[in-house]
Amino acid sequence: MKNKSLVSIDDYSKDEYIKILDLAAKFEQNPVQDILKGKVIATLFFEPSTRTRLSFESAINRLGGKVIGFSDSSSSSVTKGETIYDTIKIVSNYCDLIVMRHPLEGSARYASEITNVPIINAGDGANQHPTQTLLDMYSIRKTQDKLEDLNLFMVGDLKYGRTVHSLLMAMSKFNTTFNFISPDELKMPDGYKLYLDKIGLKYYEHKDFTDIISRADIIYMTRVQKERFSDPIEYERCKNAYILKNYMLENTKPTMKILHPLPRVNEINVDVDINPKAYYFTQALNGVFVRQAIISSILGLI
Amino acid sequence: MKDKILEVSAIKDGTVIDHVPADSLFKVISILGLDKIDKKTTFGTNLESHRLGKKAIIKLSDIQFKKDEINKISLVAPQAKLNIIKDYQVVEKKVVEIPDDVIGIVKCVNPQCITNNERITTKFKVISKSEVKLKCHYCEKITDREHMEII
Repeated sequence: MKNKSLVSIDDYSKDEYIKILDLAAKFEQNPVQDILKGKVIATLFFEPSTRTRLSFESAINRLGGKVIGFSDSSSSSVTKGETIYDTIKIVSNYCDLIVMRHPLEGSARYASEITNVPIINAGDGANQHPTQTLLDMYSIRKTQDKLEDLNLFMVGDLKYGRTVHSLLMAMSKFNTTFNFISPDELKMPDGYKLYLDKIGLKYYEHKDFTDIISRADIIYMTRVQKERFSDPIEYERCKNAYILKNYMLENTKPTMKILHPLPRVNEINVDVDINPKAYYFTQALNGVFVRQAIISSILGLI
Repeated sequence: MKDKILEVSAIKDGTVIDHVPADSLFKVISILGLDKIDKKTTFGTNLESHRLGKKAIIKLSDIQFKKDEINKISLVAPQAKLNIIKDYQVVEKKVVEIPDDVIGIVKCVNPQCITNNERITTKFKVISKSEVKLKCHYCEKITDREHMEII
C-alpha cells in the first residue's frame, strides 16, 4: 500500500481491507503516537465537510503530523479560476500526502495521476468516499467480532447514497446477506443487484420496516432527502416510513448495532440514542483510528 | 456485393468502409479525421442495405488504417466492413472490433464528471461489448450506446 493512492474502495483487495482494520485496532489501543513527526499532510477541501476534515486532522494531529490546507474553495485560488491540475501540482511541492474532497466526480483519480504524492479521496461528489467505507467495516467487525456471513440491512436512499454502494461492494467479499429497505423511487440500482446475482450472494428488497429486522446483525441507516423525489406527494407519503424508532428494536438481536454515516436529520429518532444498539457516534470515533491506519500505511511508516 | 462496390466508383488502391449506419457517417468521418485528409475520398449515404435499412459507404484512395485506429469506429458502426483494395481488387476484408479501452472519442454521460469540467482526455473501460457499455475511468459512471456522444 506504500505510496499508493486510495481513491476508490476497489483500489484495495480483501487482504488490504483486513490489514487496515487490524492496524486501526492497534491505533485504537494507542491513538497518541509520534510516527507522523516531521510529515506534512495537506487537507484540500474544495467543498466544506467539517466532520470528515476534522476526523482526518484529528488523526494526523494525534500522530504528531502537521496539517496544511483549506476548508473550502472560497479561501483558495480556486475562486480565481485555478484548475485542479495547477492546485495539485503546487501543493505537491509542500507535503507528503494529500487528502482531498471535491464536488466533481473523478477529481481524486485525476489528481492521483498528475502527482507522485499519494492522494486519499475524502469524497468526490456522489462517487467514492473509501475511508468512510473502511470505518463502516471497522465498526461492523468490532461490534460483531467478524466480517463474514453477516446479515446487513441497508435503509433509506439506496439509489443515490454512495456510502451504501461502496459498503455493498466491500462487504460482498465477506459472504454478506443483504436486505434493502427503501421507497420504490430510491431502490438499490440494478447494476449492484446484478453484481450480487453474479457472485451468488442473497439479497432481499422490502418497502417497509417489518419484523424482518429481527434478523439483522447491522442496520445501516441513511437519509431520505426530499430533493431526491420527482414527486413531492410521494415524498410526503413515505418520509415517515423510514424513520427508526426505539420501540421497533424490541425483537432485534442483542448484538445488533445501528450504523449511520451521519449527519442524521430525523431518520433515527432521538429516543434510539440511549439504546445500547445505537452505535453511530462511536462509529464516527472509529473513523479517526481507521484514518490513522490508512495514512500511516500509505506513508510506509508501519 | 463486390460488384456493387466496384460499380459505384472503383478506386485503384485504398480502403472501402462499408456497412456504416447512415446516421453514423459523419461520426465516422469525425472519429477518423477524414475531414482533414488530402486524398481522393467518396462518401455515399442513404444507400439501400438489407442489413441496416440505410447505410453509408466511404471510399478512400491510398489510405490504410491501423487496427487500433479503425476499431475506434466500432462504437458507432459496429457492423462496418473494410475492403482493402489493391490494383482494383479486394485483397483483404476486415471487420471492426470493440476495443477494451476507449480513450478520447466519447464524452462521459455524467455532467458532474471531472472530464466534463476540466480539459482532460476521457478514458473508459469497455465493460460490455455486446451492449456497448463504457465505464468512466474517472467518475466510474456507465455511458451506454443510447447516451453516447462523440466528441
